Amino acid sequence: MDFKWTPEQEAMKKDFDDFFEEAMKGKPAAWVGGLEDMFSEEGFPFTKMVCSKLADKGWLVGHYPKEYGGSGWSILEQLIRAEAAGYHHAPTGDIFGIGMCGPTLIVVGTEEQKKEHLPPICRGERYWCQGWSEPNAGSDLAALTTRAVRDGDDYIINGQKTWNSGAHIADWAFMLARTDPETKRSRGISYFLVDMKSPGITVVPLISMDGSHLYNETYYDDVRVPARNMVGEENQGWAVTRMTMNFERSGVGGFAGNMADIKELVQFCKETKWNGKTLAENPLIRSRLAQLAIETEAGRALAYRIAWLQETGGMEAIATTAWMASSGKVYGSELSQRVAAIAEQIFGLYGQLIKGSKWAPFSGKYIAAHQMSMGGNIAAGTSEIQRNMIAWTGLGLPRTI
Amino acid sequence: MNLDFTEEQDMLRTAAKDFLTTECDKTMVRQLEEDEKGYSPELWKKMADLGWMGLIFPEKYGGTEMDFMSLIILCEEMGRNILPGPFFSTVVLCGNAILDSGTDVQKDEYLTKIASGDIIMSWVQTEPTNTWGAGGIEVKAVADKDDFVINGTKLFVADAHVADWMIVVTRTKGGAKPEDGVTLFLVDAKSPGITAIPQPTVGMDKLCEVNFKDVKVPKGNIIGKLDKGWEVVEKTLLKASTCKCIESVGAMQATVDMTNAYIKDRVQYGRPLAAFQVLQFDMANALIKTTTLRELTYRAAWEAGEGLPEAATDVAMAKSWMNDTFYWVVERGVQLHGAIGTTRDHDMGLYYRRSKCAECQFGDSDFLKEKIAKDIGL
Ligand SMILES: Cc1cc2nc3c(=O)[nH]c(=O)nc-3n(C[C@H](O)[C@H](O)[C@H](O)COP(=O)(O)OP(=O)(O)OC[C@H]3O[C@@H](n4cnc5c(N)ncnc54)[C@H](O)[C@@H]3O)c2cc1C
Repeated sequence: MDFKWTPEQEAMKKDFDDFFEEAMKGKPAAWVGGLEDMFSEEGFPFTKMVCSKLADKGWLVGHYPKEYGGSGWSILEQLIRAEAAGYHHAPTGDIFGIGMCGPTLIVVGTEEQKKEHLPPICRGERYWCQGWSEPNAGSDLAALTTRAVRDGDDYIINGQKTWNSGAHIADWAFMLARTDPETKRSRGISYFLVDMKSPGITVVPLISMDGSHLYNETYYDDVRVPARNMVGEENQGWAVTRMTMNFERSGVGGFAGNMADIKELVQFCKETKWNGKTLAENPLIRSRLAQLAIETEAGRALAYRIAWLQETGGMEAIATTAWMASSGKVYGSELSQRVAAIAEQIFGLYGQLIKGSKWAPFSGKYIAAHQMSMGGNIAAGTSEIQRNMIAWTGLGLPRTI
Repeated sequence: MNLDFTEEQDMLRTAAKDFLTTECDKTMVRQLEEDEKGYSPELWKKMADLGWMGLIFPEKYGGTEMDFMSLIILCEEMGRNILPGPFFSTVVLCGNAILDSGTDVQKDEYLTKIASGDIIMSWVQTEPTNTWGAGGIEVKAVADKDDFVINGTKLFVADAHVADWMIVVTRTKGGAKPEDGVTLFLVDAKSPGITAIPQPTVGMDKLCEVNFKDVKVPKGNIIGKLDKGWEVVEKTLLKASTCKCIESVGAMQATVDMTNAYIKDRVQYGRPLAAFQVLQFDMANALIKTTTLRELTYRAAWEAGEGLPEAATDVAMAKSWMNDTFYWVVERGVQLHGAIGTTRDHDMGLYYRRSKCAECQFGDSDFLKEKIAKDIGL
């Protein structure tokens, strides 16, 4: 065993760090780096700018094959890059295209689909959104009712999607629709790539509790989609969906972000004096920050293991490590929530101030992060659903649904 | 022993609940969050007409002379419904301070006007020093003939921007103990030299930065005794803390009820969410927390109202337990609603955002637990 990076990997890490250090100097106030920031009016231009610089260096989507615009990185190299970005709270950009739709296409897309979609993702030019959830199909995604009916060379799609993050800035959507209404649940669903400019698509904003605009409802009203935009076979979309879900769940960036937050809080505690003492002298604060550091390192160690197993085990490992990825997701999102809560607690009365108050520590970043973390425990499979998966696939316990 | 409320108090609760649901619906709550003043003058007037402002004041000052527990009932309902505005500052903080420690002249002057709804008051205590303890009071008042002159910056002061009068906690003398040398003044908010700037908070509850520049106050405006004002602060915060706790209990119960109804209604995997035992456990824990806090708060509030010595520890315990439970309950409430609970249009967020602000009022858990540790003999 050897936990050290090679000198080449170390050099790569330093290059990424230097890049992000510089790029993040122009970040908007109270920037947390979550989806809410990236897709906001102020944040999106910044996101695009950073991502196109990354793309110029071949660092935006390094892990795709070279023939489709990637740099052919290994999973470990991808890990180094994700950790550096996470540490600097850098915009991850088009996470839906880069992290979910793209990898799915690499495995099951047609050559035409790969050629059409992967290069613009790698160049940071095409943004994707995920059109899966519906008002009555949340955790129970297979209950979805949006219909796609074959009509010549096209499908005609009708229905309503919801919680579509970034649909208001996205160019394309990967979405699910029922192609066989006779069969129940997961059978009879197909996976489509849809141009968001298609006639019949209406995007309606859903505003989050802190006032940010992340989500949208997307209405499909007789939207024509060419049959060649279906991924996988007709009615076999669920298998593709499962694959995308697994790509969705890694987590090293989040833990790296926590590390940076803890470092920032430690510095704050050393510099800040209330009631005649620096915060760093307060044993309760020391204990809480130490606890966060412990939990963060435990999470990072898990993320490294997942990456290692995927690096050495190939595609098959994506399925066998799914329960670990679920663990990383639920552990990571709940930890991020604690980091924010503890930061607020450290700030005392200042912890309730938000962006716009000159008195707000770090411009209100942590209270914003706290509200975003509420969504983090729900998005991409709720904490409850993740624990179900861990129980079933990690422990072999009987399925309850 | 008698742990029941009186019939009159039960009626007050029902009336308050009905009034608030019709007169201050969630659309209005949202409007008032964005509103510069943060309250509705029409609603304020109606509340005064109902006798809420003078609920616990003697009749001779225009009050209805009910006991402190009646105010607790009112606050519970205000928390359940969410009532934005300066009721807490005016009645709970300043009203109680004047009632308990003011002179007859002061009572006649201010309680009467509070009861009639004619004045709004603000309790001006905390500073950039970031504590509710006496050590945090650094804004100075210096004697100058028949006046005192106040200089300095206060922070996190609710409703100062709309107040007619303020009670300002100042330092008039340095000493070995921070509790000594604190003096409270009734200050006309229109006095030259005062500026109040609301700061955006997570609960949008109009906490202000208040600057005092050579603000003159007559000696006669001292509440309590010169240099001995901390006693007044302690007495006032004891009562105010229980009101904040019960307001939070009301809010917690509202989210429990809302979430309970939602999970019974929402179907996933062909059954109501309520059929998943893990969610039932969350709900059961939420109910345990809400109920224990309610009962502890009633006791602490009764003790505070009766002026009993054991109130000090029990109130600190109730407030500390509130800090731990309010957030927990609303966090679960949002989680059990799924994505819909994270949106601005959903009421859950209104309660969730208030939990942080409630925690910040009158002492966080570390501050309170240190006091409790001493009280239990450590
Ligand atoms: C920040 C954020 C971003 C999102 N982005 C997108 C997006 O871009 N595209 C998209 O399609 N969707 C998106 N979603 C939607 C997301 O996938 C759903 O919110 C999620 O699947 C949960 O569904 P729901 O909100 O309907 O909650 P529900 O499924 O109604 O769940 C409500 C509660 O019940 C619990 N529950 C449900 N089933 C069970 C069970 N079997 N056992 C125990 N507990 C259970 C849940 O854990 C939750 O606590 C996003 C959500 C969030 C919060």
